Parts: sequence; C-alpha cells; structure tokens
Amino acid sequence: MTTTAAPSPAAADIPDNTPALDVEGLCVDLSTPSGQVRAVDGVSFSVRRGRTLALLGESGCGKSMTALSVVGLLDPAAEVTGGAVRVRGSDTLRMSPAERRKLAGPVLSIVFQDALTALNPVQPVGRQIGEPFRIHRGLSRRQAHEKAIELMTRVGIPEPRQRARSYPHQFSGGMRQRLLIAMAVALDPDVLIADEPTTALDVTVQAQIMRLLRDLQDEREMALVLITHDLAVVAQRADDVVVMYAGTVVENGPVREVFAAPRHPYTRGLLDSVPEHAVRGRPLPAVPGSPPELSAVPAGCVFQDRCPLVRERCVQERPTLRASGDGRSAACHFSEELARA
Amino acid sequence: MIPFLRKRMISSAIPLFCVVLGVFFLARMTGNPVDLYLPLSATAEQRAEFSAAQGFDLSIPAQLWNYLVDAAHLDFGTSLRTGQPATEMVLDAFPVTLQLAGVTMLLAITGALLVGSLAAYRPNSLVDRIASLLSMTAASIPDFWFAIMGVLVFGVSLGWLPTSGTLGGPEIWVLPVATLLIRPFGVLVQVVRGSMVTALSAPYVKIARSKGATPRRVIFGHALRNAVTPVLTVAGDLAVGLVNGAVIVETIFGWPGIGKLMIDSILQRDFAVLQAAVLLTAVTIFALNILVDVCHALTDPRVRLAVPA
Repeated sequence: MTTTAAPSPAAADIPDNTPALDVEGLCVDLSTPSGQVRAVDGVSFSVRRGRTLALLGESGCGKSMTALSVVGLLDPAAEVTGGAVRVRGSDTLRMSPAERRKLAGPVLSIVFQDALTALNPVQPVGRQIGEPFRIHRGLSRRQAHEKAIELMTRVGIPEPRQRARSYPHQFSGGMRQRLLIAMAVALDPDVLIADEPTTALDVTVQAQIMRLLRDLQDEREMALVLITHDLAVVAQRADDVVVMYAGTVVENGPVREVFAAPRHPYTRGLLDSVPEHAVRGRPLPAVPGSPPELSAVPAGCVFQDRCPLVRERCVQERPTLRASGDGRSAACHFSEELARA
Repeated sequence: MIPFLRKRMISSAIPLFCVVLGVFFLARMTGNPVDLYLPLSATAEQRAEFSAAQGFDLSIPAQLWNYLVDAAHLDFGTSLRTGQPATEMVLDAFPVTLQLAGVTMLLAITGALLVGSLAAYRPNSLVDRIASLLSMTAASIPDFWFAIMGVLVFGVSLGWLPTSGTLGGPEIWVLPVATLLIRPFGVLVQVVRGSMVTALSAPYVKIARSKGATPRRVIFGHALRNAVTPVLTVAGDLAVGLVNGAVIVETIFGWPGIGKLMIDSILQRDFAVLQAAVLLTAVTIFALNILVDVCHALTDPRVRLAVPA
C-alpha cells in the first residue's frame, strides 16, 4: 500500500513493484468566500498496474478533489499546496503545463460521473473519442475516426460506424458512459481514475459498466483508482481501499481485511450502516451527525463529533495515520481497542 | 431545414401584415401632406386637384385598400419629393445601409469573440479586468455623442478623416463604422466572456483537458462553439438595432442609406417612400431573426436534430 520504493525512469517497464501512481502527502486548499480552507489534508496512497484502489468516503470528503489534483484538472479556486503525485518516476506537480499535457491520456486518464455533461454536446462522439489520437499520436482526422470506431466496438456500442457520427444527446446514459470510458482508455493509460462512474446510472447498467471497466483493466493492465461511496462496489471490485473523512485518510489497507475488521470507528460506522444487517421494524443504523464544515474542522481528531468512542485525548490531539506492519494503517488513538472489540 | 424555414416564414407573415397596416395609419397621423406641399396661397381648387391626383381625397378605407393592392404588387407609389417610384428609391438606399451594418457586425463579432475568449480564459486576470472595463465603457457610450466627438476630434481638429459623404477611399468608412461598432462590440464582448466562462467550467472542457488538449484547442475546439448560442441571439438583436440605428449615423455622416431616407421622408410627409422604407426594414428584421434561428440550428445539433424531418 504505502510503497515508497525509489522511483526509476524505467518504472513503466517494471509493472511489478513500482507503483503506477504514487500520491504522497497531497494537500489542496480551496478559496471560499469565508477564506482559505483545506479540502485535502495530507492524503497518501499508491497503486500498481493491474490493481484497483478504492477511494471511499461521503460527499465532500475530498475524494474527487484528490482525483482532480492527480490529473491536474482542479478548478482555479482550488490549489495544490503540498505533496507529490508521482507517475513513471516523476512528480507531476513539479512539471510545466506542457509536460503535464503529454501525460494526460497516455499515462493518466479520468472518467467522470455525469457522462452527458462530460461529452461535448456539439461534437459528434466519434470525433471526441478519436481526439486523443489526434493530440498525442498526430493521426489524421480519418485515421482517428477509424480508431474511434474500433474503440466504440470494444466498449459495446452497437453499429459503431453509424453511431460515430451521432451526438451525445442521441445516446442513453449507459451508452454515454461507455463512450466516456472508450475515450479514457484510448491511449492505454497506466492509471485510470474513475470518479463515481456508475452513480448516475440504474442498477443493471451499473453492473455492465463495472464489468466493462474490469475487462478493460485486465486486458490493458491499467491501475484503476475507483472513487465511490458505494461499499458494495468497493467490496466487489477493489483490492485496496482508502477511507477518507473530512479531507484526511482515516484508514487504508486491503479491502478484505479492512472490511472484515475495521480499525477506525468511521469505517466501522459505514460498514454497520449497510442495510444487509437490518432488522425489520428497527431504524437502519447510521453514523450520527454530519461531517464538519471544512472551515471548522476540529483541532483534535476530525471524527470526534460523531465518534462513539470519543475521549479526552481525541479532542486534544489529532491521531496520525499509523502503519501497523501488516499493510494496513488507521488514524485512531484507539484502533487496537476497536480491533479487539 | 426546409420545413423549418417554411414554418418560420409563415409565422412571420401575420406580424408583417400588422406592420404594413401600422405604417399606413401612423404616417397619416403625422400631418396632412397637402398643407405641406402646397404654398399657403394655394386656392381650394388647387388643393383639391393635388389631393385627387395623389388619392388623398378618397375615404381612409379606400386609400388603405388601394395601398394594400399596390403593395401586393410591390408598388408603393411615387415619391412626392422626387417623382421617382418609391420602391426604386428604397432599393437604391438599402444596400448602403446593409454594407455599413454588415461590415460593422462582422468586425464586432470577430473582435468580441477574440477579446471575450481571452478575457474568459483567466477570469479576474489583468486581461479580463481591462477587457471588462473597456467593454462596459463601450457598451455605455451613446452613439450620437461618440459620432459628434469623432467628427470634432478627427474631422475638425486633426483633419485626418472626412466628416461626411461617401466619396473617397476607405477612410470614409472609419467614423461611421466606428460609431456603429462601439456599442455592439462592448455588449458582445461581455456576452462572449460570460458564456465562455460558463463553457470553460463545463465537465466536457475538463475531459478535453484530460486528453491533453492545449489551451487553444480547448477554447476554439471545444468551448467556443458551445458558447456561441447566446452570442448569436444577442448579435441578432444588435444587428436589428444597427439597421434601425443607422438613422442617426447616416444622418450625421450624410450616408444615403435607408435610415436617412426614412428621416427625410418623415420630414417631407413623403408617405409612399416612408411606407416602402419601413416595410423593407421590417422584412429585413424578420429575415435576420430567421437567420439567427438557422445559425442556432447549424451550431447546435440539439436544435437541428430536434426538428422532425
């Protein structure tokens, strides 16, 4: 999980031990009308090729902001103030805009949640899907169009040759998500970031899209960063999980182990709120309260206001993310206690 | 596209007919042409003879009927001032106005797209602030004031530019076009900036950037075409304003366009010419509106493909 092996320039050729994406101590500040707030506070994770990492957390916990910083697409109001984002051995945060553009597509790629607004409404979809080839490979319009048709076939668009000339509004939600995925994997990126790729879709389509992502990941050996608030998706699809709360990582580790025995009360609360364990006639269990405003994150533990185990120490001192030697970490003073319970 | 055009033309016919009627009645409310054309000493017989010759002795409904029948034949009568057919005079003057308005709109739209896009690329940057301040000023300056100051400074004091007339080289265009240009340019820069800011923050622009697109490709390849819809609507309105607003500029700079013709006809109670001029202007405005709709359909497939084939 927290591999910090010395990055070498040949990293791309050695997929085994060097992570495809290594984020370390990422901090993002956001300008709001009430001043600067820290939206992402020291987030670290890494993922190797062929593996899937889930960034799990509720809305506003900073998971999307983290993803956008990695691909360099933050809004002007947000600014990366610290940390490193390493791909192929170099820190993208120290690169010029032109250098970063060279990575955008062939190395790092992203799929968004809302595929209708993520596709340009006034361009035929074939042109948009072929665009990465025009930008990075210098292909002609016609060659790029052929590539787009190949990709559309691969992601399961029926009659791709005719449909390549259609516009985004002429496709269903599921088909649009497929188009977006086709565009993202066009240049075989090392890392694909999927920001809630199935949230806007109905359940049967969600399953199809997740299967498509897995197949593409397997055949292209991509590292997949899956951003979601869906515990079931994490359990089924991810190898490792990073649980985020109020801009910080509260727990991480292999999904199977984290979900079997969480070491942070927030992870525990999330897992307990899955309705599978619900009893008829009894209110569904939930984590009480809501996350702190980013402008009013408490000085001690970020989770203290909602934590069932809160003590004096939690109010005074913020727990750091401590590795426990078994590939897992948790940011709780009392995680051993939680593990025993 | 063809059924769409036919529908638009049919739905324009009724308001156009109302314009035809309105012109007829409003013109007659400005005064009696007989009083204006004949000297005070004219006898009653002379007055009656003049009225009969021009058809002014008939009842108002009869005059209206004659006018409508003739108008249907594109015959708007002859000018009281010159004796020329009104249609001919109007068709002579119209291209002058059209040229002036066309050149102005072309410059305003291209200029505004460039300046507005640059300003929108980095909101609140220095470029943006300067562009916003200048466009706000431009949009607020009254055109007649600008025209008069232009004549005073460049025509009279510096003597660089001719103050009126249409004879001469390209320099005769400078003051009239600048006067017409300043407001539409200011307004359009603001509209372009606003819709570009919206377009540039759209998810599809993020996706374009995630593909490694350069800023130029992002602006001109992705954002601009999405941003033009509101720009077209406003540009259409401004173009209508130009065809109308030509009255002031043509009067000040002595351009023999439709605006000047209209003002002269009103002052001289030259009904035939006035009616023809107003009607042609109205048709132009309807045509401009249809043109804007066609442009919308061309730039936005959601509009184009929504029209049932």
